[in-house]
Amino acid sequence: MKILAFAEQREGKFKKTAYEVVTAAIELSNQLGAEVFALVIGKNVSGIASDIGGFGVNRVIAVDRDDLEYYSTTAYTKIVAEIASREKAEVLLFAASQMGKDLAPRVAIKLDAGLASDCTALKVENGNIVATRPIFAGKIISDVIIKSNIKVFTLRPNVFTAGSNNGQKAQVENVTINLSEGDFIARVVETKVGVGRPDVTEASIIVSGGRGMKAPENFKLIEELADVLGAGVGASRAAVDAGWRPHDEQVGQTGKTVSPNLYIACGISGAIQHLAGMSSSKCIVAINKDKDAPIFQIADYGIVGDALEILPELTKEIKMILGK
Amino acid sequence: MKIVTCVNHVPDTEAKIKIASDGKSVDTSGLNFILSPYDEIAVEQGLRLKEKFGGEVVAVSVGPDANKETLRKALAMGADKAVLIKTNNLCDSFVVAEALKNYLKEINPDIVLFGKQSIDYDNAQVPSLVAEMLNLPSVTTVVKMDFENNQIICEREIEGGHEKVVSQLPIIISVQKGLCEPRYPTLKGIMASKSKPIEEKNYNLPEHKVEIVALRLPPSKSAGKIVGTDVSAVKELVRLLHEEAKVI
Ligand SMILES: Cc1cc2nc3c(=O)[nH]c(=O)nc-3n(C[C@H](O)[C@H](O)[C@H](O)COP(=O)(O)OP(=O)(O)OC[C@H]3O[C@@H](n4cnc5c(N)ncnc54)[C@H](O)[C@@H]3O)c2cc1C
Ligand SMILES: Cc1cc2nc3c(=O)[nH]c(=O)nc-3n(C[C@H](O)[C@H](O)[C@H](O)COP(=O)(O)OP(=O)(O)OC[C@H]3O[C@@H](n4cnc5c(N)ncnc54)[C@H](O)[C@@H]3O)c2cc1C
Repeated sequence: MKILAFAEQREGKFKKTAYEVVTAAIELSNQLGAEVFALVIGKNVSGIASDIGGFGVNRVIAVDRDDLEYYSTTAYTKIVAEIASREKAEVLLFAASQMGKDLAPRVAIKLDAGLASDCTALKVENGNIVATRPIFAGKIISDVIIKSNIKVFTLRPNVFTAGSNNGQKAQVENVTINLSEGDFIARVVETKVGVGRPDVTEASIIVSGGRGMKAPENFKLIEELADVLGAGVGASRAAVDAGWRPHDEQVGQTGKTVSPNLYIACGISGAIQHLAGMSSSKCIVAINKDKDAPIFQIADYGIVGDALEILPELTKEIKMILGK
Repeated sequence: MKIVTCVNHVPDTEAKIKIASDGKSVDTSGLNFILSPYDEIAVEQGLRLKEKFGGEVVAVSVGPDANKETLRKALAMGADKAVLIKTNNLCDSFVVAEALKNYLKEINPDIVLFGKQSIDYDNAQVPSLVAEMLNLPSVTTVVKMDFENNQIICEREIEGGHEKVVSQLPIIISVQKGLCEPRYPTLKGIMASKSKPIEEKNYNLPEHKVEIVALRLPPSKSAGKIVGTDVSAVKELVRLLHEEAKVI
C-alpha cells in the first residue's frame, strides 16, 4: 500500500503544514505497513524537494514547471490525480489549508475516492483508518471511516505535530505531466500577501481582541504583543462587525477555527460562537474586566482586569523573558 | 444571468447539540434551524448579480421536507424560485454533491453560488465536489467578485493574503464572509415568499462513501486559575506561561 503526502509549498518554501502532513503519513504508514512518498508541485521546487526527507520520507516526486508559479485548482488536480493513479496510492493526505481544502475534493472525485475533511486525528482500528473530525464547530466530535478503496484526508493545521528535521535528504524524482491551456481554466493572476504576521489558522500563538478593546486604535496594544511573540492577530465578530478589524481575523463558528498553542483573549466575553472557533487551543489566557465572563470557564489562566492597562505590561514582561 | 444558490438547513449557532441514542447521529428534536450563515451570503450575492445583470435566482436545497423552511427564507430574501431535492437516506457530502450535479446539469446555470462551509458538518467540500463532477472551474472562499469582458474576476482568501483569479463562466463559487452583507427579508418579501413555488426533485442517488461510526462530546475543560485582578498579576502570568504551560 502507498500513501501520498501532499507537501504544500508557496513561493518556493514548504509550509509548516507540509511537515505536519508528512509526519502524519509516516505515523500512519507504520501502523498500516505502507510506503510513503511526498509530492511537491510548483515552479523551481526541485531544489527544495529533497529537504522534506528531514521529516522521515525517503522519496519525493516533484512536478516543476514555470507555469505553476501560482496555485491552479484544475492543473494541480490533474497532476495529483495522475501521480496518485500511476503510483497506485490508496491513501492521500493534504493539509486542510486554503490550498488543501480547495484541491482535495476535486482530486477525490477524479479518483472515485471518499474524503474526510479537517481531521484532528487518524488511527488504525481493525485495518480501517478511523478519522476524527470535529463537527458543529467543535461542539461534537465525530469518528468516520471512508468506504471507498482510495481514501483522502485533509488534516487540520497545528494539530498534528511535525517531527523534528533530522537533516536527511529525500531522493527526488522529477516527473513530467502534460498540461494544456484548458487545465488552467481559472487562472490565478496575482497573489497579495498582507503585513507578514502569521494567519490565525497557521499561527502557533494568537492574540485576539473583542469589543472590550473599546476602540480600533487600541488594537495597537494587541499588535505590539503579537509582534513580540511572533503571533497572529485575531478578533471577535463584534470587533469585526464594528469595522475595527478585517474579516479574515474573525475567530469563531462563522470565522476561522484555530488550534494554537496559546490563545490570549482580550476583552472577549466568550460567546458560544466564539468559543466554537478557539476552544481547542492548547492554552487559553483570558483578560476581561468581568469575573463572570464565560471566557473564564475555558481559560487556563485569567486576569480579571482592564485589558488596556494589562496589555502594555504583558508585552513588556514577555519582551524581558524572551530577551528582546 | 442564470444564478443558482445552494442552501443548507442547519441548527442555529446557539444550539446545544445532543447525540442521539444510537451514538452516531444528532438528536435534532427541539433545535431551531436556520439558513446556514455562509449560504445567506451566497443568496445575497446572487440577488446582487441579478440586480446588476438581470436574470433569475434559484435557491436549491438537498434534504428532507424540513429544508423547505430554509428555502422559504431564501425566497423571502428575494430568490425567484426554490427547488428541494429530496433525500431520505443517509447522505454524506458526496451524495449531496451528486444530487446537486443532477439538477445543475438539467438547467445549465451561468454561476452557482455556495457557502464556503455548511456550519453543521463543516466539511467545506460540496462546492469543489460539484465543480469536479461537472468539469467546471471553481473558486472557493471568495471575498471579492467583479466582471469584465465576459470574465469573472475573484479574490479568494489564502493564509495571510489573497489570490486574484480570472475565469470564464459558467463557474462554481463558494463565498466567504466579507464578500457582502446579507439583507434582512422585508415584510413584503416574506409575504411574497409564501406564494412562490418550491419545486420537488427526486434522483437516484449513490451510496455514501463516508460513514459516521461514532459521535462524542469534546473533553470538557474546567475553569483554570485566576492569576490576579490587576496589572500586578502580569509577572506571575508570564512566569506560569513560561515555566508551567511552557508556551512562551
Ligand atoms: C449566526 C451567528 C454567528 C456568530 N459567529 C461568531 C463568530 O464566528 N465569532 C465571534 O466571535 N462571534 C460570533 N457571533 C457573535 C457572538 O454571539 C458575540 O456577539 C460576539 O462573540 C461578542 O464579541 P465580544 O466578546 O467581543 O463582545 P461582548 O460580548 O460585548 O464582550 C465584550 C467583553 O469585554 C469585556 N470588557 C469590556 N471592557 C473591557 C476592558 N477594558 N478590559 C477587559 N475586558 C473588557 C466585557 O466584560 C465583555 O466580557 C455570532 C453570532 C451569531 C448570531
Ligand atoms: C440524517 C443525516 C445523516 C447524515 N449521515 C452522514 C454520513 O453518513 N456521512 C457523512 O459524512 N455525513 C453525513 N451527514 C452530514 C451531511 O452529509 C451534511 O449535512 C452534508 O454533507 C453537507 O454538509 P457538509 O459539511 O458536507 O457541507 P459543506 O461542504 O461544508 O457545504 C458547503 C456548501 O455546500 C452547500 N450545501 C451543503 N449541503 C447542502 C445541502 N444539503 N443542500 C444544498 N446545498 C448544500 C452549501 O452552499 C454549503 O455552504 C448526515 C446528515 C444528516 C442530517
